[in-house]
Amino acid sequence: MSDLNAGLSPESLAQIDREVAKYPADQKRSAVMSALRIAQVEKRWLSSDTIKFVADYLGIAPMAAHEVATFYNMYDRSPVGKYKLTVCTNLPCALSGGADAGEYLQKKLGIGYNETTADGKFTLKEGECMGACGYAPVMLVNNHTMCNHMTPDAIDRKLAELN
Amino acid sequence: MLEIEIDGTKLTVPNGTTVIEAARSIGTHIPHFCYHKKLSIAANCRMCLVQVEKAPKPLPACATPVNDGMKVFTHSDMAVKAQQGVMEFLLINHPLDCPICDQGGECQLQDLAVGYGASSSRYEEEKRVVPNKDLGPLISTDMTRCIHCTRCVRFTEEVAGMQEIGMAGRGEHSEIMSFIGMTVDSEISGNVIDLCPVGALTSKPFRYTARTWELSRRKSVSPHDGLGSNLVVQVKSDRVMRVLPLENEAINECWIADRDRFSYEALNSEQRLTKPMLKQGGQWIETDWQTALEYVGNGLKSISNEFGAQSLAVLATPHSSVEELFLLNKLSTALGAGAASFGTRYADARLAPAQQGASWLGQPIADIAAAKAVLLIGSTVRKEQPLLAQRLRQAVKRGLKLSLINPMDDELFTTVSNKLIVRPDQLVEALAGVVKAAAELKQQAVPAELANAVVSDAARAIAEQLLAATANEGDRAALLLGNLAAHSPRAAEIASLAAQLAELTGATLGWMSEAANTVGAQVLGLQASNALTQSCKAVLLFNTELEFDSHDAQAALAVAKQAEMVVAFSAFKHGALDYADVLLPITPFSETAGSFINMEGKLQAFNGVVKPLGDSRPGWKVLRVLGNLLGLEGFDFDNAEAVRKAALPQGEAGIAAKLSNAVQGVSIQLQAPSAGLVRLGEVPIYQADALVRRAPSLQKTRDAVAPQVGLSAATAQQLGVQAGERVQVSQGDAHASFQVALDAGLADGVVRLAVAHPDTVVLGAMFAPIQLTRA
Repeated sequence: MSDLNAGLSPESLAQIDREVAKYPADQKRSAVMSALRIAQVEKRWLSSDTIKFVADYLGIAPMAAHEVATFYNMYDRSPVGKYKLTVCTNLPCALSGGADAGEYLQKKLGIGYNETTADGKFTLKEGECMGACGYAPVMLVNNHTMCNHMTPDAIDRKLAELN
Repeated sequence: MLEIEIDGTKLTVPNGTTVIEAARSIGTHIPHFCYHKKLSIAANCRMCLVQVEKAPKPLPACATPVNDGMKVFTHSDMAVKAQQGVMEFLLINHPLDCPICDQGGECQLQDLAVGYGASSSRYEEEKRVVPNKDLGPLISTDMTRCIHCTRCVRFTEEVAGMQEIGMAGRGEHSEIMSFIGMTVDSEISGNVIDLCPVGALTSKPFRYTARTWELSRRKSVSPHDGLGSNLVVQVKSDRVMRVLPLENEAINECWIADRDRFSYEALNSEQRLTKPMLKQGGQWIETDWQTALEYVGNGLKSISNEFGAQSLAVLATPHSSVEELFLLNKLSTALGAGAASFGTRYADARLAPAQQGASWLGQPIADIAAAKAVLLIGSTVRKEQPLLAQRLRQAVKRGLKLSLINPMDDELFTTVSNKLIVRPDQLVEALAGVVKAAAELKQQAVPAELANAVVSDAARAIAEQLLAATANEGDRAALLLGNLAAHSPRAAEIASLAAQLAELTGATLGWMSEAANTVGAQVLGLQASNALTQSCKAVLLFNTELEFDSHDAQAALAVAKQAEMVVAFSAFKHGALDYADVLLPITPFSETAGSFINMEGKLQAFNGVVKPLGDSRPGWKVLRVLGNLLGLEGFDFDNAEAVRKAALPQGEAGIAAKLSNAVQGVSIQLQAPSAGLVRLGEVPIYQADALVRRAPSLQKTRDAVAPQVGLSAATAQQLGVQAGERVQVSQGDAHASFQVALDAGLADGVVRLAVAHPDTVVLGAMFAPIQLTRA
């Protein structure tokens, strides 16, 4: 298995193994979402090679992993900046200032949605409902940290903190 | 049983039946796209919405199981409105490019749009455009036409065994595609063309060459593997334009392999031989039939007089029809040369005398899938028998236990319970271990010959599995022998041990016949042994290309080159240009009436679908004239049916009486594994017969890439070679160089290098010792 390890670190593989162990031995496919998430944390984004590596590791068709990686928009299929900011622009958020937060971020960072700042620091994305409409506008940093009530002031503070 | 009422008609159906199946059983058609009887239920096209009493909204008929007392309305206002709504949605993003679409005229979307679509669209916005994908040389794509039924996805995953096609993206960004940079390489991939209900996936070789309504449809039988797939050959202006499956649940179901589908390209190939040719003074000249046949007749007579009739060898491939083989055998016998041979790829002279009848599958094809356990012995089953491999794959999902004794461990895209992977020269010993284990488990005396057999854990597990599978009354198991077993220099020992194992375990023994008429050749009395020897002075080659159809191409060509006269009956100009003296143009299966006996012993007759090309003539007619010219008795036949009647006077019953896999009088001599390198030379799928060799699209597939030398990692290390490196390979005096590829499925000491390929014809026998040095 030495050539397979070339794709991901032993730590990531250990995490994937833990996910795989949650399912019956002949259903390793069930672990594909977790495995892709773990791979993305290590690699920052999911290249075709990474997806194929994960598929091979789980013993499923590369296309089966590719389907999952392209279905969910929290998987990044192209390189992102150090901080990926995802603003929810679904209807409840949009009505409560989400769209404005997105526009403010675009102006502030000088980039549009799905673009990365020249210094490679920030990538801006539009996100789907994060299940926190009451705290709108909401924003995710690198998929894992959720920020509530993102008024322009809050955005400024957050960006300063990240910078 | 459940009672259901469909559009007022009452019927009873078994539990678990879906509404669409129930409706189909009484001839009520419910429109659908994604539903297919051989695939899992997706219910994503929504076209089959019907009204069900007491249900508040329309339900998809394909995914709704019948309940007792259910009342279904397929044409009520609610159902029709729902179906029309779905059709409107489907057409929103569908380009109305029917005039330039290959599917036009045979398109389910087109047909249903006539019934359920509106005459004009309410949608005025821009339509979505999807970039086309490269799925390889066989499947052409127009992805904008796709309606996302996912039939192709489900086919590759469920039937072909490996999900090569998938739906990437989400919502209106969904696209059907293969994985980035990968093509669809399954050997049965062409079926997705038939499955696609629209023009998104169409045949690349057929593209833009004809319209469906211009084509006449004629039934035929595949001339490739021993399955005998039923075909619809489509013809325009006396030219075969396309081949599609003809559904026959007992044989090919609704599928065909890619070679059945695309080999027709060879029928119109530039390499077709269209005139008799004679070699005079080293030059090939075209001539007429009279001159050519007289030349052959005179030559045969003078060689027979000078060297004796035994100096004549008559060789045919088992891809030839019953009629051709019968007359050829009759000719050979009448000339005093004994029975003709179809065994140019066979190497064990002990096999033919030991066999007690025509070796066959031992059971109907459909029965294999009903077995509880199957042991495959010596077979690259996906490449040798693509559709049988598919049947086994489906059966494994239903609980069949599949085991292998093989010289390689290729991916079968299914679960293999136990496997013994050994050197090709150790198949006998591996099988002997299983026989010994079975005898021990049954507490029977182990035959003295097998006393020293080594019983590995896998061998015992296989024996246990076979015994367990047949333990209950009515349960069955099967042992299936493949081409690698048949071609082995120890084929007789393998056959004998397999028969012993079948006897011990109660399993049914069968051979997966290599070619369309392997069983027929044996029923007609042709010999399975190789008739070529150094004493041959005249050689008649029927459909046979010695360089590709021989166990040992090097040895066969040496015989041909020293012979006084070599006559090649062939549909193509081939390597015989180098070693033959006469080329006689005979027709391929599409241009003659004939019949094949498939691996289950079923006689399937077919008619010619187009006229013979140029001056070529059906093989049986050429043999008839040659027989008469030589003044031989019994060569007067008016048509192919008359020949068939003479060949098989008792028809099916006569065939059945000759089928037997029994083997007698073979002594087993177990050998210790030799230390040297041994070749594993299988026949590649697209080199197996004259047609596939000349089908350009098949030759562009991944299965047709130039041969490489496969080695296990340990062997490569021992030899000091690395993957990608070129190495010099030698057998006898011949050398050739190839690239090394590591193959984890090989035993140590095995050099996997295909035979029957232009790059490897200079080399020797399939399973012989081989030398390898760094280039």
